[in-house]
Amino acid sequence: MNQGYLSVRNLSKRFGKQAALQEIELDINKHEFICLLGPSGCGKTTLLRIIAGLEKADQGQLTIAGRDITREPAGKRNFGMMFQSYALFPNLTVAENIAYGLSNRLSKSQIADRVDELLGLVELDEQRNKVPSQLSGGQQQRVALARALALSPDCLLLDEPLSALDAKVRIKLRREILRLHEKFGMTTIMVTHDQEEALTMADRIVVMNQARIIQIGTPKEVYEKPNCPFVADFIGAISFIETEKQESALLAIRPEHVQLVRGDQDKSNRAIVRDYEYHGAYYRVLVQLLDSQDHPMQQFVTIDLPSQTMANFNVKKNQKLMFNLPPEHVIRFDSTASIAVG
Amino acid sequence: MNLWLKRIRPDSNALSQNLIILIMTLVLTVTILLPLGELAIKAVSNPDGQFIGLANFAKYFSTPALVTSLWNSIKVSSITTVIAVTLGFGFAFALERSAIRGKSFFRAVGLLPLFAPSMLHGLALIYLFGNQGLISTGFFGRFPEVRIDLYGPIGIIMSEVLYTFPQAFLMLSVALMSSDYRLYEAAETLGASKWRKFWTVTIPGTKFAILSSIFVCFVMSFTDFGAPKVVGGQYNVLATDLFKQVIGQQNMQMGAAVGVLLLIPAVLSFVIDRIAQRKQNGFLSAKSSPYRIEANKLRDGMLFLLCLVLSVAILCIILVAIYGSLVKVWPYNLEISLSNYDFSNFASQGSNPFVNSLVISLCTAVIGTIVTFLFAYLIEKSRGYRILRASAYLLSMLPLALPGLVLGLVYVFFFNNPNQPLNGLYGTIWIVIICNIVHFYSVSFLTMTSSLKKLDSEFEAASESMNVPWYRTLLRVTVPMSFPAILEIALYFFINSMVTVSAIIFLYTPDLKPASVAIVNMEDSGDIAPAAAMSVLIILTNLIVRVVVMGVTKPLRRRTEALLVRKQL
Repeated sequence: MNQGYLSVRNLSKRFGKQAALQEIELDINKHEFICLLGPSGCGKTTLLRIIAGLEKADQGQLTIAGRDITREPAGKRNFGMMFQSYALFPNLTVAENIAYGLSNRLSKSQIADRVDELLGLVELDEQRNKVPSQLSGGQQQRVALARALALSPDCLLLDEPLSALDAKVRIKLRREILRLHEKFGMTTIMVTHDQEEALTMADRIVVMNQARIIQIGTPKEVYEKPNCPFVADFIGAISFIETEKQESALLAIRPEHVQLVRGDQDKSNRAIVRDYEYHGAYYRVLVQLLDSQDHPMQQFVTIDLPSQTMANFNVKKNQKLMFNLPPEHVIRFDSTASIAVG
Repeated sequence: MNLWLKRIRPDSNALSQNLIILIMTLVLTVTILLPLGELAIKAVSNPDGQFIGLANFAKYFSTPALVTSLWNSIKVSSITTVIAVTLGFGFAFALERSAIRGKSFFRAVGLLPLFAPSMLHGLALIYLFGNQGLISTGFFGRFPEVRIDLYGPIGIIMSEVLYTFPQAFLMLSVALMSSDYRLYEAAETLGASKWRKFWTVTIPGTKFAILSSIFVCFVMSFTDFGAPKVVGGQYNVLATDLFKQVIGQQNMQMGAAVGVLLLIPAVLSFVIDRIAQRKQNGFLSAKSSPYRIEANKLRDGMLFLLCLVLSVAILCIILVAIYGSLVKVWPYNLEISLSNYDFSNFASQGSNPFVNSLVISLCTAVIGTIVTFLFAYLIEKSRGYRILRASAYLLSMLPLALPGLVLGLVYVFFFNNPNQPLNGLYGTIWIVIICNIVHFYSVSFLTMTSSLKKLDSEFEAASESMNVPWYRTLLRVTVPMSFPAILEIALYFFINSMVTVSAIIFLYTPDLKPASVAIVNMEDSGDIAPAAAMSVLIILTNLIVRVVVMGVTKPLRRRTEALLVRKQL
């Protein structure tokens, strides 16, 4: 792969005995929206902070547009950073918070114009003279966003920007962040542990686990073609099936791809319904596989069924049913090594 | 994109901050670590500076008079501790766990002795139980005489109890305040009786605080100089011995040995307190529910009586001191006048001790607060020199284990040395101010640190990523947000500098004698009334300063507290 606009080479970081990052290689294109996704403690925030210059890497190299910035202090990188806690200055008003990094660089009237522009962008004109404690969580988040954007950064770095908000506000702000990303044409890197957030927002997702990058790809790639059981399991729901025919191969299928069939077809899998949950638009059904003598095996598969199908097949607990695994949707792993999700 | 926005100034952040961290470590080393090292060296060497092992200690323990004062110290301190902790627990329990009336009044009175120099208690006791005392003479013959043997252990213990009681009360009331009511509910559902609950929930929940307060009270009275000086009579204790050895006989080596002995319980107390703090932390969780006070008439009645008796005793002591200071010639001319407040007759040499004390305390408060804030900030919030900052933190805790008397002693050893580059400080007002700052530094440092911890740890990172220098964010955000804590430590420095005597008695300059030392000197030469007047002046000043400062800044403090956004995570 060619060197990207922002490029991370062989980066490692330890905190005492704990490895936080190991041999990280990452290339990010200009104007790309990247999500660093992984369970807590996987090193994603550390990677973001090293990119921001707030943390020093033990080894490795960081370049932007070919320029080495590994040793450059945070303030000189021209990156906008938004913190998980927002880190809004509590004794300064909304306008003063946004103007914070601008003083000394611009004249007073330029600052005022810039603050007005940003307040308009995040729709906080009326709140300009309030202090953070008078704002709602979502408003605080937007102030933090405006502050990070104030210096027209080359890169916008977001550390779990939505994790402190309610579900509804979260979805609204997802769109807001994407809108600003496109408007400013920035390169954005966002850390999240929420796979749905990553799938809906990112151009490419960087999946991390235990201090390493596991997979890099578009949301569609990591969802449909996960390169290991960990990624498959971490992003979306999935069932793993160990096959007897092929040694040491592990098959996996997403619940929405399983097809129920009628009649007694030889090729079909037979299973018994153990449990189901109502999810509104669909039912999630947990079935236990049966062997050729109809004895239950220690293998379970999750199937998502639209309410209509549920009724058509008359699915009930302890009822037997048959299903097919469409070959184009079956994901095959060679090793059964790491199913565990951190 | 706006290219003009990307004009970037050279990075001065890391450099300036790291430089200050280096200076801070150096300052802490010179003012705390090196003087202590000097004490250790002196204690094991002879006057010529040769190493003689434990010979000084051997000599100490073979001198019967000195061994006696060690035992006296232990005896007096132990009795004081038992009384002060018991009373403190009762008082704290009444205020935190009962429904008595007048809690805020009792709390205020209970803390009153903190504003007074420890000599005031002794002086008031003389007015009550001395040869011509109010009670000894039965209010000048109106009632039967009640004579006790004040000068000696009884007087010292009474005085020390008054001196240590507020500390015990404060520590125990914090512990009793933070309890987990769910434990009481659990005990209740399991059918435990009131006594069983007290012994199985209350006591285990506060045992670390009790342990800590026992050690603190013991150390305070073990190392106190004021009370034994005023009411000790011929009863020698370690603290007065030290004074005699060093100031009287200029025997620095023996003084160092006594200093090390004084240090032992203090260091023990320090270690126990650290362990207790750590253990106590695990006791409460965020889910703990606050204590709910059940109605209990008998308990409330008894505890009210206890609080009343103690408060009356404390108020009596202070009122008697005031009365004594106003009486013209006790007990012959009971006319009220302010003649005793004219110190020009007594503090013959140099300037007015009271003014000196005000200057010293103000300087200590201003410089001490700035230094403490800066050090706490650098240790808590900066990111350079991890190891250096960790050792600076340890050094900042060290003065907690240093009794004032020992601190004053090690400062004499360290700075009163012609070969010492900082020798110039000795004999100036600055050595007194530095000594006061170090003496009260640890407590202020802890207050400041816990206040800084409440601020978002990402402020510094946020300003760094915006290329704003650290000192700008410090001045614009951190200082205003820390205002209540800054005020608190400034008052702490001021009030304690006004009342302290133990450390600076070794260091003051005769022409700039502080008020607390003047009290000791006046009492020494029999001028009880002016000594009482000076004590009254100190306690009044402290009270006025505190009330005025807290009153004036109340709106500002309220506003700052309202700004703190609840931590979201």
